[in-house]
Amino acid sequence: MHEHDVVVVGAGGAGLRAAIAAQEAGADVAMVSKLHPVRSHTGAAEGGINAALRDADSWQDHAYDTMKGSDYLGDAPAVEALCQESPEEVIRLEHWGMPFSREDDGRVSQRPFGGLSFPRTTYAGAETGHQMLHTMYEQVVKRGITVYDEWHVMDLAVTDEDDPAERTCHGVVAYDIQSGEISGFRASDGVILATGGMGQVFDHTTNAVANTGDGVAMAYRAGVPMEDMEFIQFHPTTLPSTGVLISEGVRGEGGILYNEDGERFMFEHGYANNDGELASRDVVSRAELTEVNEGRGIEDEYVHLDMRHLGEERILDRLENILHLAEDFEGADGLTEPMPVKPGQHYAMGGIETNEFGETVIDGLYAAGECACASVHGANRLGGNALPELIVFGKRAGRHAAGEEMGEAEIETGRSGNWQPADYEFGVEVGETGGSGAAAADGGAVVSDAESVVGGAVDRAQERVDELLSRKGRNHAEIRSAVQETMTANVNVFREEGRLEETLEDLREAREAYKDVAVSDPSRTFNTDLIHTIETRNILDLAEALTMGALAREEFRGAHWRKEHQERKDEDWLKHTLISWNDGEPELWYKPVVLEGENKTYEPKSRSY
Amino acid sequence: MSTQIPKQTEESSETEAETQPASKGEERRAEKRRRAAERREQRQEEEAEKAAADDSTVELKVFRYDPQVEGKQEPRFDTFHVPFTKGMTVLDALMYARDTYDSSLTFRHSCRQAVCGSDAMFVNGGQKLACKTQISDLEEPIRVEPLPHAEVTKDLVVDMEHFYEQMEAVEPYFQTDEYPDGELEEQRQDRENREKIKMSTRCIWCGACMSSCNIAAGDNEYLGPAAINKAYRFAMDEREGEEMKQKRLEIIEQEHGVWRCQTQFSCTEVCPKDIPLTEHIQELKREAVKNNLKFW
Repeated sequence: MHEHDVVVVGAGGAGLRAAIAAQEAGADVAMVSKLHPVRSHTGAAEGGINAALRDADSWQDHAYDTMKGSDYLGDAPAVEALCQESPEEVIRLEHWGMPFSREDDGRVSQRPFGGLSFPRTTYAGAETGHQMLHTMYEQVVKRGITVYDEWHVMDLAVTDEDDPAERTCHGVVAYDIQSGEISGFRASDGVILATGGMGQVFDHTTNAVANTGDGVAMAYRAGVPMEDMEFIQFHPTTLPSTGVLISEGVRGEGGILYNEDGERFMFEHGYANNDGELASRDVVSRAELTEVNEGRGIEDEYVHLDMRHLGEERILDRLENILHLAEDFEGADGLTEPMPVKPGQHYAMGGIETNEFGETVIDGLYAAGECACASVHGANRLGGNALPELIVFGKRAGRHAAGEEMGEAEIETGRSGNWQPADYEFGVEVGETGGSGAAAADGGAVVSDAESVVGGAVDRAQERVDELLSRKGRNHAEIRSAVQETMTANVNVFREEGRLEETLEDLREAREAYKDVAVSDPSRTFNTDLIHTIETRNILDLAEALTMGALAREEFRGAHWRKEHQERKDEDWLKHTLISWNDGEPELWYKPVVLEGENKTYEPKSRSY
Repeated sequence: MSTQIPKQTEESSETEAETQPASKGEERRAEKRRRAAERREQRQEEEAEKAAADDSTVELKVFRYDPQVEGKQEPRFDTFHVPFTKGMTVLDALMYARDTYDSSLTFRHSCRQAVCGSDAMFVNGGQKLACKTQISDLEEPIRVEPLPHAEVTKDLVVDMEHFYEQMEAVEPYFQTDEYPDGELEEQRQDRENREKIKMSTRCIWCGACMSSCNIAAGDNEYLGPAAINKAYRFAMDEREGEEMKQKRLEIIEQEHGVWRCQTQFSCTEVCPKDIPLTEHIQELKREAVKNNLKFW
């Protein structure tokens, strides 16, 4: 068994920043990741990092924009922390050598982004995430932080009291992809989940193949609620054939969207009369699909994003990476022709319920970055707000886990305060199907000493791997693709009750099929068949929770659009959706959003751009 | 011919499955599983036959090796026929082959957009990123092998440890003693200097350059093009200051550093991010000479 003070799961932006912070606070830290850190999907982020750096700007304006962008489902203490601390974190990255794009006076450049009242998006060309990821990994190397790369974390080692709020996380159990060895990682001070996105729940996504939401699913099964899972961001500009992202930076620099008739539809069809292409992402994605659905799409599928008028010099200076992506993955030359784009799954606003320090309801378990939901983004994330979330909340979780005194949290976790049960009847059975599940807590005598808790988790993981490798059964790939298909068809930008129910049924079938899943590659060496099979279980749990939340939320807020419910209903729905695994019988409940900030309350206003 | 999992292992796992069931329910489930597996195999065979007969398929010959699995311990090539779709990349074809014909086919991949650097491999005799290599640009049959000059872990996966060690040997992190006074004050960097290091910062650690380099193949301690490029990225960054630059030049001037490079340009040719690696190495050589003259 490996022993460390703090174990960080995942080595993208949030994980790296958390590890550095925990080490600076004096902890012995280890990172465990199924990928080598530089392979993490933070590296694919293009546009930039929002930070109120300049005198004419303020964190208060950034917070206001973020709350409005969230359609008033962000929690003010988390939103304000993001906006207050982003500037110092961005400067810290610069001091670590990150090669930001520069102005003539040598200062860090900023550009306009959607939904922002000031051009506050700092960037490094159209490869900001790549530069940020590598800069932070360099700091991890410099500090000699231990990294277990290509170790897939299979489960958390959590005690099994009945009430999740009484449980404690003592570590994780991980599978060494190289050797097939399963090992426990004891974490005496805390486990920080930083496992990133869950885009593989859908089939047209900007996310990596590795983004299977492992951390969210693990925390869920251990008893931490998933929050606001129905809020999925569909990015308006992805390449139609692959889902590769074309940065919002293109529109930030002045790129224009056209329909088949050559109309600048954002204005000409009245979707966003003030901000046009730079309206919030949810608004632009719906506009594009409406154009396509009404017959004004190109090849009935996509619209055009034109940046030719920006000129070669400006494009090469600020958006060069976009030229390469459009050429390599769509065969389009952005200098001489418009680029085809359509909405694609991009980001999960929801995730593991945490407070503004990254703490979950389980003692010793933290989450930061895309896998977490504090909530900074509420019902819709603004472009340029994901990267600052990684560094601000990665740092906060790292420090807190290492034992630094950070005061009382204002955001409550678990069923405390004004929570309320949901009264929604799902027509379809949800949750565990029985059979070969991986439920974390299974009743029985409460084992509480850390060694036994981790040891027990290791034994269960070993049993599961042995069973998957030895038995005969179905390949996971067909189950995974069935899930992705139904999610993309029915739980997309536009959502209807009947089709959401259909998806819950499809997911039930997929769960049944998964009971018969087996791994046909018998090898203990680099068995990706096994890893993907384990991931598919996580995808199933996430897809189901997402669809449940989408069915129950009968309103239109941010990225969540419902055909039968065409307005935001603040009286009923100014609240977060939570889903608890409840040992295999998922329960839906709600808690109020926190709109009271440090010095002001963010009153919900109608949202127009 | 399409490839299935080696017969031997299939038979052995079947007997295991048959000896285990005890209760009636389990037997029924086992029977159901067996039938599902049969159906799947039949479907796979049909798809493979259809694919082989079809003109619009691509033929891939893929290197296979697994130190643990009988039948794969001796390296061999398997042939896959994959239906061609417009815009298909080598990675798409490999994923199709894995998900349709043989789930044990193993390769690293993640982002699918040439930024994570996981899927460098040897395609038709050249180091390529599978995700940005179009099938339509290649001669058939397409030969896919693991990166040369690295130890093969399994199929197309190679051991990257040595590559990572070389990268980390050049103190690959920003170092300076002089920061601006104000806490929220960035270091100034002029646009020219940022432009100077820009290409060098695009490295995605894929290992294609190292694999293509004859010198690295013969001298295991040679830092190699990627690590030297990383050193270049910092040595040329004016924010680090003159003193650090001296130190950086000492690192790359070591016995297995820049002077080993024989300017063959193979690294530059294979770099999927178009980094002018050889030029960077040459420039560091010149800087080192200038520097040495200064202290003569």
